Amino acid sequence: MSNALLPFEPSPESSLLPAWFRDQQHAAARRYESLPSPTRRDEFWRFTNLKALDLQDFAPARPLSKDAAQELAERSIGVEDSVASLVFANDCLVSIKTPAALPKGVLVLPLAEALDRHADLVKDHFMREEGVLGAEKFSALHRSSIRNGTFVYVPKGIRIEAPLQTFHWLAGASQAVFPHTLIIAEENSAVTFLDWFQSADNSRGLGCGVNDLWVSKNSTVRYLAVQQWGREVTSLHSNTTQVAEGGSATSLAMHLGGRFSRSESVSHLNGQGGRSDMLAITVSDGEQEFDQRTLQDHQAPHTGSDLLYKNALYDTAKTIFSGLIRVGQQAHHTDAYQKVRNLVLSDEAEANSMPGLEILADQVRCSHGATTGEINPEELFYMQARGICKKDAYGLITFGFLNEVLERLADDTVRAKLQSTLQARLQGH
Amino acid sequence: MSLIIKNLHARVVGGQTILNGLNLEIEKGRIHAVMGPNGSGKSTLSKVIAGHPDYEVTAGDILMDGKSILGMEPDARSRAGLFLAFQYPMEIPGVSNANFIRAALSARLAEGEELEATEYYADLYEQMDRLEIPRNFTSRSVNDGFSGGEKKRNEVLQMAMLKPTYAILDETDSGLDIDALKIVSAGVNALRSPDFGALVITHYQRLLDYITPDYVHVLVGGKIVHSGGPELALELESKGYDWIREEMAEPALA
Repeated sequence: MSNALLPFEPSPESSLLPAWFRDQQHAAARRYESLPSPTRRDEFWRFTNLKALDLQDFAPARPLSKDAAQELAERSIGVEDSVASLVFANDCLVSIKTPAALPKGVLVLPLAEALDRHADLVKDHFMREEGVLGAEKFSALHRSSIRNGTFVYVPKGIRIEAPLQTFHWLAGASQAVFPHTLIIAEENSAVTFLDWFQSADNSRGLGCGVNDLWVSKNSTVRYLAVQQWGREVTSLHSNTTQVAEGGSATSLAMHLGGRFSRSESVSHLNGQGGRSDMLAITVSDGEQEFDQRTLQDHQAPHTGSDLLYKNALYDTAKTIFSGLIRVGQQAHHTDAYQKVRNLVLSDEAEANSMPGLEILADQVRCSHGATTGEINPEELFYMQARGICKKDAYGLITFGFLNEVLERLADDTVRAKLQSTLQARLQGH
Repeated sequence: MSLIIKNLHARVVGGQTILNGLNLEIEKGRIHAVMGPNGSGKSTLSKVIAGHPDYEVTAGDILMDGKSILGMEPDARSRAGLFLAFQYPMEIPGVSNANFIRAALSARLAEGEELEATEYYADLYEQMDRLEIPRNFTSRSVNDGFSGGEKKRNEVLQMAMLKPTYAILDETDSGLDIDALKIVSAGVNALRSPDFGALVITHYQRLLDYITPDYVHVLVGGKIVHSGGPELALELESKGYDWIREEMAEPALA
């Protein structure tokens, strides 16, 4: 792999970022260049198609014309009851809408603005940890190249019921975007946030994103990411969650698009009674590859985590799951579950699962399991006996298989939107 | 018009023959009951009629209103007006009952036509009320975590929604307590009409107290060996199946 991608180009937007941040970016650029490229000898990159990590053709995305950007903003619907919607096209802010006034003290801002106006908050929370599951080099790339993103701050005691959302559009050939989302939920607060990753066209491209969720004492954060980049996009994404005492985090990723997609998700359970639900749905077809690495890191007593990843594989698609539950010495009475299920719908598809446990505490309940199976012929017959043709029955059963993950969401509107997104993705199979 | 099973021979694909020249005619407007001991071929009969891929027909035919259905896929048979209430209904996680039944109804519409949602729910709720099924049932996954009774009620609900011409009920009474049995039977009886024929397969006479058949047949060794009226069911209940087996063993007199 080459490092020909120029990770940090001074652009009009980035020159507006504060100097301290640009210094960090320059340092990250040097780190990106000096860090070795992944090899398959590295456990974190086992089974990965490393050719997909050749990023030399990509360059930081150029801003779109005003009309083109506006058109994308109009296509950004998402959940209709959203109380704040941001749209970025090629990492430039296109629009920010807050249909109703947000509760006092709540901040929903472009990251570039937050860097300026709330520098201390950002400094304390921005990318405090980088790529612990292998993506260190790409985290450095992200940090060096980031130009904007979403910053959400929910003060103590404020619970926002309706969801917030951001759209990240990628447009044009060989463009690279670096979406970023930083959510800070203070004590006893609650927030639901959706990130939509979408392509404007069928071009090759790179989406290299990071999001950080800070879940303070007794707060609730639900983060939903819908990755529906175009079919020729390379997607690299890292999600890190920090859960304090009594906090509750739910992260759900729908991996639908892209050619090669690597996602890393880490949950640190730092405070007693904290809980994290880590959910993912992957629909893979054609020659798509989805590489998923996870860590459930229990460092405090009475913490809980529940991971459910479901993959549907068609054609010659390939998925990799590698997950670790780590229970630290202090984390007595941990409840940790990890379940991966693969539904293989083609003889040529390949599902790899590598679940793992590392337990250093006493009195814990942990279980992990991975299953790989095909459609049950008796389920198929049952559906056919009701008049549903084979093709539709396959579709319904596959939808049901994946929908079990969405059923874990409490918010009806969000769930319904994600269900229709999933249904649309399964159309044609 | 009727569902005719003519000299039906069937076996597990590449395996043992289970049905050995079975003849039966289910006329519209009539309910036939088939009873028989374990292993006589009762469940195979229902699966072969519905077109289960594990079985193959080696001789004979099944005609629905004069047309052979043997070349038809199970879904085509269903859309043509056949219904099988399963002895063991499948659980389909993640697919809600409302969506499942809607998909089954939509499959019966012409290309481009869509089910009218308000009418659909009105009809669904009416049938659910009749079967004393609570409203939250619509959003639950198909049979997922259902009790035996709930599953059987769901089968009868689906039948009521799909309005078949001919229904096969395979041991619909198994796993039901007496209250559930009454409700399910009432659901079946509500469908009785001159345009509906049913084949009720059961191991016990109990069900036939609630769904009174017009005819009762005894299935032994893969064929019908004895037929009679509803009183035959009572006779089987009190005397068991042995007397029929003995009768069969006796040499035929000239």
